[in-house]
Amino acid sequence: MWLFGLLVLLIKIAAILAVVFGTAAYLILLERKLLGRLQIRLGPNRVGFGGILQPIADGMKVLLKEDLIPAHADRTIFKFAPAVVASGALLILAVIPLGRPLTVRGHEIPLIITDLNVGLLYVFALSSMSVYGMALGAWASNSKYSLIGGIRGAAQMISYELSLGLSLVPVALMAGSLNLTEIVEAQADYPFILAQPVAFLIFLISAMAEAKRLPFDLPEAENELIGGFHTEYSGMRFALFFVGEYVNMVVLGALVAVFFLGGWHGPWLPGPVWLFLKAMIVPIFMIWTRATLPRLRYDQLMQFGWKILLPVALLNILITGGILVWING
Amino acid sequence: MADDKSVGTEAEIKAEIKEEKGRIGSGLKQGIEAVKGLYDSYAVTAKHLFRKPITEQYPEEKRKLPARSRARIILTRDPDGQERCVACYLCSGVCPVSCISMQSAEREDGRRYARWFRINFSRCIFCGLCEEACPTLAIQLTPDFEICRRDLLELVYEKEDLLTDSGGKNETYDFYRHAGVSVKGDKGEHIGERPPVNVKTNLP
Repeated sequence: MWLFGLLVLLIKIAAILAVVFGTAAYLILLERKLLGRLQIRLGPNRVGFGGILQPIADGMKVLLKEDLIPAHADRTIFKFAPAVVASGALLILAVIPLGRPLTVRGHEIPLIITDLNVGLLYVFALSSMSVYGMALGAWASNSKYSLIGGIRGAAQMISYELSLGLSLVPVALMAGSLNLTEIVEAQADYPFILAQPVAFLIFLISAMAEAKRLPFDLPEAENELIGGFHTEYSGMRFALFFVGEYVNMVVLGALVAVFFLGGWHGPWLPGPVWLFLKAMIVPIFMIWTRATLPRLRYDQLMQFGWKILLPVALLNILITGGILVWING
Repeated sequence: MADDKSVGTEAEIKAEIKEEKGRIGSGLKQGIEAVKGLYDSYAVTAKHLFRKPITEQYPEEKRKLPARSRARIILTRDPDGQERCVACYLCSGVCPVSCISMQSAEREDGRRYARWFRINFSRCIFCGLCEEACPTLAIQLTPDFEICRRDLLELVYEKEDLLTDSGGKNETYDFYRHAGVSVKGDKGEHIGERPPVNVKTNLP
């Protein structure tokens, strides 16, 4: 019995990892294709039919590249930092509920890796972790571009982390739980986006800042900082940063789906498929945004975070709390 | 009236309230403008998603380049099929990267030619100054730009690589009908030459 549980857990982890890495790899291709079409270009179309094998070619290339470490870098931290970013994003997946429990031969298998009752806190804790990976990697590179990128990133992510967290307080209030499964169950009748459009917008904007996407891509800012915090990275370590960013996009998409779009709820299709479809909405919107909006200036970024998003998020909590108290008497 | 400074007169308070209302109003206006700006820009990019890409897929689709585009250099011939080049060194002298070299020689009839003529395309910047400098229209630039090689030395073109059978951009022009050899006809009988002036008629 014990062995059976472990086996099921391992299969679940393997399946989720495979799906997420595949999605992240093909999200890179999707981004390049979609961005191309948004800019009336074609995008990559040489490898395989219509460029379908491009991620594999990119992976091969990145594996064969030299793994360079700058002469005066702090080697241990430098080697370690990309793993922090990637694993921080991956670990969030453990608490995302994929669907209703399956029943196989009388055994009930929950479609979630671990059903934490403080899932929301776990998500926040891990999404803060990626700041460490980025800032430490930038510091350890011993390069001015990396350092500026890292400092910008740390400041930005700390600022937007607040409104990211506060925007989910109304969701937790409405669901009456910090458990992600229960939050999804609470949306059986209607998704929370209908009741909490303001919280949804704040979460979406903060998620873009968390994922370091345009218009909040100051930590990378190619045309100012070369590559920002990952300037000195090459080969597989760079790929880990890069894939970590896309995994982060998928994870944030999944979180938006769980908190606002009703998670696995949906007609006809099985739960995991609905979750996947809903989770792809945010990454596609992020790509669309990348083609649309220019980068914010640093002071505008800070002003927007602290003077607009944070007060609005607090006000939203106040109003939601007031209404809930009024309804529940 | 201890706190008259902090309270101010009634008119001042009214002005302050008005200003505050104005500020809120302008803030709201700015917010609406921002939302409209966001909507407009997203609409523009969404519209472009459904436009036909303007990409030209180069090796498969080749654009026809204009005749005056500057790439591979050729040496042309005059209408009689003889080399136009008179090895005057003007192209070599004007070349900003010194990629043209030659050795001049003279035929028995006094017509000059290049014993060897060499252009190093790995240095050429395709500026077209040689073409402008050439008095005989011998050296010309063509639209053919696909001359890359793996070995740099393969980009050194000798005279036989450069020579073509055509007259290039002007098939009829022949420098030697105008100048360049010892005088064949009488004064005023060459192409474009005016009859000699009788100096005596110019006298007052």
